[in-house]
Amino acid sequence: MDWLTNFPHLNDEALRLVKKGLDDAFRTFTRTYGDSIEGLFAPLQYLLIKCEHFLTDTPWPLIISLAAGLAWLASRNLTTVAGTVVTLVAIGFLNMWDDTMKTVSMILVSTIIAIVLGAPVGIAMSRSERIQRVINPVLDVMQTMPSFVYLIPVVMLLGIGKVPGVIAVVIYAIPPMIRLTNLGIRLVDKDVLEAADAFGSSNWQKLRDVQIPLALPTIMAGVNQTIMMALAMVVIASMIGVQGLGQPVLKAINNQYFTLGLFNGLAIVGIAIIFDRISQAYGKRLQRHLELMHA
Amino acid sequence: MPDREEKQVGIVISHLFKIFGANANNHLNALAKGMTKAELNERHGLVLGLNDVSINMAAGQVHVIMGLSGSGKSTLIRHINRLVEPTAGQIIVGGQDVLKLDEHALRAFRRNTTAMVFQKFALLPHRNVLENTLYGLEIQGGDRYRHREKAMRWISRVGLNGFENRYPNQLSGGMQQRVGLARALASDSPILLMDEAFSALDPLIRSDMQEMLRNIQQEVKKTIVFITHDLDEALRLGDQIAILRNGEVVQQGSSQDIVLRPADDYVASFVKDVNRGRIIRVDAIMTPSNPASALPKSLLSADTTLNAAAKLMCQHGGHESVVVDGHGKPLGRVTKDQIMAAMIGYGGLWGSENGGGTSSFRPVLYSANQPANPGNRAER
Repeated sequence: MDWLTNFPHLNDEALRLVKKGLDDAFRTFTRTYGDSIEGLFAPLQYLLIKCEHFLTDTPWPLIISLAAGLAWLASRNLTTVAGTVVTLVAIGFLNMWDDTMKTVSMILVSTIIAIVLGAPVGIAMSRSERIQRVINPVLDVMQTMPSFVYLIPVVMLLGIGKVPGVIAVVIYAIPPMIRLTNLGIRLVDKDVLEAADAFGSSNWQKLRDVQIPLALPTIMAGVNQTIMMALAMVVIASMIGVQGLGQPVLKAINNQYFTLGLFNGLAIVGIAIIFDRISQAYGKRLQRHLELMHA
Repeated sequence: MPDREEKQVGIVISHLFKIFGANANNHLNALAKGMTKAELNERHGLVLGLNDVSINMAAGQVHVIMGLSGSGKSTLIRHINRLVEPTAGQIIVGGQDVLKLDEHALRAFRRNTTAMVFQKFALLPHRNVLENTLYGLEIQGGDRYRHREKAMRWISRVGLNGFENRYPNQLSGGMQQRVGLARALASDSPILLMDEAFSALDPLIRSDMQEMLRNIQQEVKKTIVFITHDLDEALRLGDQIAILRNGEVVQQGSSQDIVLRPADDYVASFVKDVNRGRIIRVDAIMTPSNPASALPKSLLSADTTLNAAAKLMCQHGGHESVVVDGHGKPLGRVTKDQIMAAMIGYGGLWGSENGGGTSSFRPVLYSANQPANPGNRAER
């Protein structure tokens, strides 16, 4: 009756062979194609470096005014602008400016990539039940698989540094973008879509004039979620050599520096709130026409 | 409109069937052999939308399709621009077989030949009135400046001057539907499909809109297909009316035909509560007569309604009037008695009415029954 208490499993030797076989295969793959795959990501590397240089080399007062300007354009709300400026000044005053800019740069690039890749996938999903059936489980895996697990092959292929960091962040942060784009388009009022058909819209015209504009508030919620999830990955990404606010946190964990961890953690929270308020305010302003009520 | 030559297009619908559900084609024969809508649903789980509908819609007229919910009227109008594909049948619009159009030709057909107004307005909430009105024109493509000019003209024609920059959410239902109408008219299509366009509006606004539509139609002379569940609306707007029940046409004809000669009890039950005096025209009830024998009495033009005729005859006195056509040529004569009988639906000519005339003699029955009721109540 041993098999009842101990789950009957593949014998250890066979299991070892399976693992070894897969590891060897992947290692061979990495050695053969590693360089060309790295070449493939060279433009991404270039973009990351440019973005980081822009943020760290530009004088801080300019960056703060730029952030304040963006906050104003998106929200038209002085409280949001003031909050943005105060947070950034506090971060700089506590000597975390450079790390913060590196993190912001990575978040920006990751978010842009997530939008550029995620929106078309979401649109494709909204148009076909079959594509939705295929993609949904993939998104589930991306969201639940512990990030360390897919960091291993990424690091084996691309080494440590910014590019694997961004890839890891994008894998983790892209699902809400895809899901909410899909959902937003599927929720567009059927009557309005019928009207678009009745006036002879082509599929592209329907997408451009009706579906995307009406789904935009939901899509913006997806962008917001993507940004938040990207920020949550900052510390994990620092384990594979991504510079920024994550590294001091990592150092604080290893050496039990309570204050160092707290300050950098709060800086992450600070920029998360800035990003969140700005993107939400922008999403709200997109729906202004829905709030104006007939008097 | 001056930018496009007046083009009138009629619609011929013949033997149109629509069955909702899988393998619909297999059941057409059963229908031809007399299977009913209920049987089809019970045995095969299919819903019969339209059953052998044939309607000929002449160009430049208002064709009302009337029916209660579930009668298939919204399905029918969506066949004309093929938002719904038929199971069998033929639809010819302006000599063109709509069902043979490929995807590209169908889009062109929808852009240029038909325009639609919807019950729930279906405006784009993120666009203002002007941009909504421009929508059909944008899809057609072409000169933006002229589009704008045309859109502004229709906005002012439907009475929305000064509201160009408002969003649909800022407008009342009636104003939103004016935008819907302006959007449809601006696209310059010869056919206007109106799917319960005024049903969501309250009664006063609705009659304003009906009046406006009638005025506009006098100018544009489009072929209008108007869906409604409201007989008064049908009678007020329709040059021709088709009554639909369970996906079948029960009666087709002018408002006079429907009111004076209902085809069956179903139609009769609709017509029962109609304000006959406002609908029936004197030429429909007059006694055609030899013009020479007509004495010089008061004259009524043929399209006078009974209400108006009765009022005129009371004002001018006399028992009888001569009905004349637009050129003053006598067509027949009509008496006050005829008018009164027609108003209450009493008499042999329009036959199917039987209860209405005698109901006023009920007092005998009424008093006989009366004691029973209080007694019942007391027992409880």
